Amino acid sequence: MLIPCPHCGTRPVEEFTFLGDAAPTRPTTNDPSSMEAWYEYVYLRNNPRGPIEEYAHHSGGCRSWLVVSRNTETHEVFGAVTARDFSKAKEAKA
Amino acid sequence: MTSYRLDKGGLIDRSTALRFTFDGALHVGHQGDTLASALLANGVTLMGRSFKYHRPRSVITAGAAEPNALVELREGGRKEANTRATMVELYDGLVSKSQNNWPSLDFDVGAITSLASSVFVAGFYYKTFMWPKSFWEKIYEPIIRRAAGLGTASKLPDPDKYEKSYAHCDVLVIGSGPTGLMAALAAARSGKRVILADEGSALGGSLLNEQEEIGGQSGLDFARGVIAELSSMPNVTLLPRTTIIGWFDGNIFGAVERVSDHLRVPDPYEPRQRYWKIHARRAVLAAGAEERPVAFGGNDMPGVMTATAMRTYANRYAAAAGRSVVVFGGNDSIYRTARVLKSHGIHVEAIVDSRKESKADAAGIPVLRGALVADAVGGKAVKSVHLADGTHINCEAVAMSGGWSPIVNLACHRGKKPVWDANLLAFLPPDNGPAFTVAGSAAGKMLLSECLADGAAKGAVDGKAIEIPKSRDEAFAISPLWWVKESHDKAFIDYQNDSTAKDLPLAAREGYSDVELAKRYTTTGMATDQGKLGNINAIAILAEATGRTMDEVGTTTFRPFYTPVSFGAFTGPFTGHHFQPVRKTPLHDWAEEQGAVFVETGLWMRSSWFPREGEDWLASASREVLATRGAVGICDVSTLGKIDVQGKDAGQFLDKLYCNTFSTLAVGKARYGLMLREDGIVYDDGTTSRLAEDHYVMTTTTANAAKVMAQMEFAHQALFPDLDVTYVSVTEQWAQMAVAGPKARPTLQKLMDGLVMTDESVPYMAALEVSIMGGIPARLFRLSFSGEHAYELAVPADYGSMVARAVMQAGDEFGITPYGVEALSIMRIEKGHVAGGELNGTTTAGDLGMGKMVSTKKDFIGRMMAQREGLIDPNRQQVVGIRPVDPADRIRSGAHILKQDDTPSMANDQGYITGVAWSPMLDMWVGLALLANGRARHGEIVQAWDGLRGHRLMAEICDPMHFDKENKRLHA
Repeated sequence: MLIPCPHCGTRPVEEFTFLGDAAPTRPTTNDPSSMEAWYEYVYLRNNPRGPIEEYAHHSGGCRSWLVVSRNTETHEVFGAVTARDFSKAKEAKA
Repeated sequence: MTSYRLDKGGLIDRSTALRFTFDGALHVGHQGDTLASALLANGVTLMGRSFKYHRPRSVITAGAAEPNALVELREGGRKEANTRATMVELYDGLVSKSQNNWPSLDFDVGAITSLASSVFVAGFYYKTFMWPKSFWEKIYEPIIRRAAGLGTASKLPDPDKYEKSYAHCDVLVIGSGPTGLMAALAAARSGKRVILADEGSALGGSLLNEQEEIGGQSGLDFARGVIAELSSMPNVTLLPRTTIIGWFDGNIFGAVERVSDHLRVPDPYEPRQRYWKIHARRAVLAAGAEERPVAFGGNDMPGVMTATAMRTYANRYAAAAGRSVVVFGGNDSIYRTARVLKSHGIHVEAIVDSRKESKADAAGIPVLRGALVADAVGGKAVKSVHLADGTHINCEAVAMSGGWSPIVNLACHRGKKPVWDANLLAFLPPDNGPAFTVAGSAAGKMLLSECLADGAAKGAVDGKAIEIPKSRDEAFAISPLWWVKESHDKAFIDYQNDSTAKDLPLAAREGYSDVELAKRYTTTGMATDQGKLGNINAIAILAEATGRTMDEVGTTTFRPFYTPVSFGAFTGPFTGHHFQPVRKTPLHDWAEEQGAVFVETGLWMRSSWFPREGEDWLASASREVLATRGAVGICDVSTLGKIDVQGKDAGQFLDKLYCNTFSTLAVGKARYGLMLREDGIVYDDGTTSRLAEDHYVMTTTTANAAKVMAQMEFAHQALFPDLDVTYVSVTEQWAQMAVAGPKARPTLQKLMDGLVMTDESVPYMAALEVSIMGGIPARLFRLSFSGEHAYELAVPADYGSMVARAVMQAGDEFGITPYGVEALSIMRIEKGHVAGGELNGTTTAGDLGMGKMVSTKKDFIGRMMAQREGLIDPNRQQVVGIRPVDPADRIRSGAHILKQDDTPSMANDQGYITGVAWSPMLDMWVGLALLANGRARHGEIVQAWDGLRGHRLMAEICDPMHFDKENKRLHA
């Protein structure tokens, strides 16, 4: 499997460490009423058959955290953006 | 069966004489032989005993699918079990042995299981050895394992080298028969980078084995011409002796090149095998088709083989399977087989055609139409065959052909299933799109002309066609022929696992009719050959038994690897000390000079203790503690993770990472920090110092250094991307040593350039950038893990050993003593400092007695989850000290803690001891433990129960700080 790292170009999957689903967003409040949202952020993950966006650390390369979109069924890799850009885009949408 | 060498012909060099042994007997073969062909040529037909029934076996095939002729090859550290004699190229000095027989191949006591075979049916093991349960592990399994087995592994180290290599190409062609050669040629002529790989010893595939006519020349000459053209092209890489073993994501193919397996020992600097990872933009599978055996009685007897194999032995190796042959099958190829054998002067008694009619040319050989071979008769060699109608024909060998199964394995490695073609009686490969196509007989093209054209078309780049040579086609017409039910003897489906045709309907009757269940119940297709020969026959029999079509039954899952791969190929050069790098600290040389005994901690080599003459580890570590607490000691702490954090928002960033606050830390000071995971559990700890307004140096535990770095990168990039901060690991850039004890200050003072060390200039928790020894930049921290008045001195890595020597010199007058990790651990337990045993991924800050450090004023990783009910429950296990009531007793790490009067059981478990040490200061064993509601239980007498070692003793719970409770020594 090859991952298109935005910094390093197309690199083999062995250089990356995967963390999992990038969909959950860290809540911005510490208010006790937000406990449920925190619980969901820390523990609940989808396990889709099909497209998913996942955190991947280019630990054997530029050490950037990326968000890789791929298909869990076909293993096709659609692309990758930096986690920074991903977070900022998510923030802009919210 | 009396096999022998033909007088002429074959691709063997008769001028060579290669001596080899099989079970100690010396034989001679020629260059170009395989071990199997050389054995046949020498009249050796008994090559092994079968797995379950210990039946005599010879070769069934001439290629990769061979299930029977498995031998132990070579000796000593080079011994390799279960090698297929059909794939072993002969070399001078080859040593081989038969497997799975006792006391000898010729007289095998295990064959007695054949007599009792009515009980050895499918599911036998499941049914018979169920009861009593306790017998399985101690009695049944060892006996079964001894009786049913393959070769034995060498227990010596392999003296040979293995390599890993990467390759990239535009077109990978797998298989170099007529299809593969045309595909490679078409791709290569367009200038693309081509790799042509073939598992055979030479390129050419079936053209080496058959009598063909292509482009007005023999198939062999045609192949040689194409290979010569391909070898002359710089864009083509030819990989003979290379098996493509798997198709993986991203169109990556795994391949094993047997670089030196055909040699007695590898040439200097050459590996035995090379593992290739081939990235192919596009690949063409031209693996051909496998001929199926027919299930009739005794179809495993030496002398019975597939028709293709018998032709191959005659054409390529000039080896005849017997002096007289019966050819049996249900398709036109049997006529070709008969003609080929006749052309070599081998007498063909009869062609037994299961069909009523055929248009193929029998060349005057007697043909029995609509006839079936029911049983081969003989024992260790075929003497005759019985036909279903009672006819008896004397012969020495039987060539059988049930039809062809395209070798679709690789095309199915990524999950798609093959599709049944009822006309061809074959499972065809699934459509995997343009990146991996299948051509030739692997795609169901059963005529040579079709193969040549299909190969050229599939190999072509951008539709650039090449000319397709004219060829002569053999007739192809086929009728189903799976199982001759009139058989008396066993009719084998899976030769290697000894499963028979009757096992499959039995499995279906007993409820295992699903193909995957039937496979596991009968073990059909579960051997090292993974059912290459037998699976399609099994599916057909299962389909008939259950009234389903072939498609409805379907195939079992095709998984990598296509053929067995040696561990060495995957391991490559990464064995022994090459398995992982060794990390040495910058103070390693110094520690070695001091006689350190090193311990591996992860990749690091850490100095563990510094023994003097006659000392064991405990005596050495105790002396080191006494010397440190008595005067001064020096310890290498370079392995601690060091991360340099800089930027306007550095303090804010650290506030997010740690549960306590760092933005308020004064410049020139250090602070102990505790890091949580987002779920509220403690992750790591260490001291972090502020060297400037926008510059911190963080330390982590040795074990978590890399993980903390990755976590920081995640926190910054994914969670808090707006923070203006940058950070880098400087673990290896700095040598760091702890100098501890009442004489630490006067020792270090001697190194300082100008700095006068006092409690005012270097107060407790100071972190200063200083200059030492006439200009060496250094960092001086007043930190203490030992509980003594202590410092840590950091210098650029290259200065490490030199500075350590200078410290030793400076402390000489005080008797400075190097101490290692063991002494460090003793001192931390004496002082109740937590470490790995307590920071074990289950404890909270509160459990460690650090609840007060957790900020309530800021957001940080783990803040919310740490407040969950379960994590603040007062009955959680908390860190306490523990010591034996009788100071002569020894408490042990891992012992469980029970209330004073409870009976020992896990139901009464209250916690456990996380670490112990012999305290030379207190003259007794002391420890730390995690105990339910432990902080409220200081002074309680408990039992320390070590069920594993069978110890139980009384102990007292106490404050974790066993020694110097007032911390007087820290500030002395």
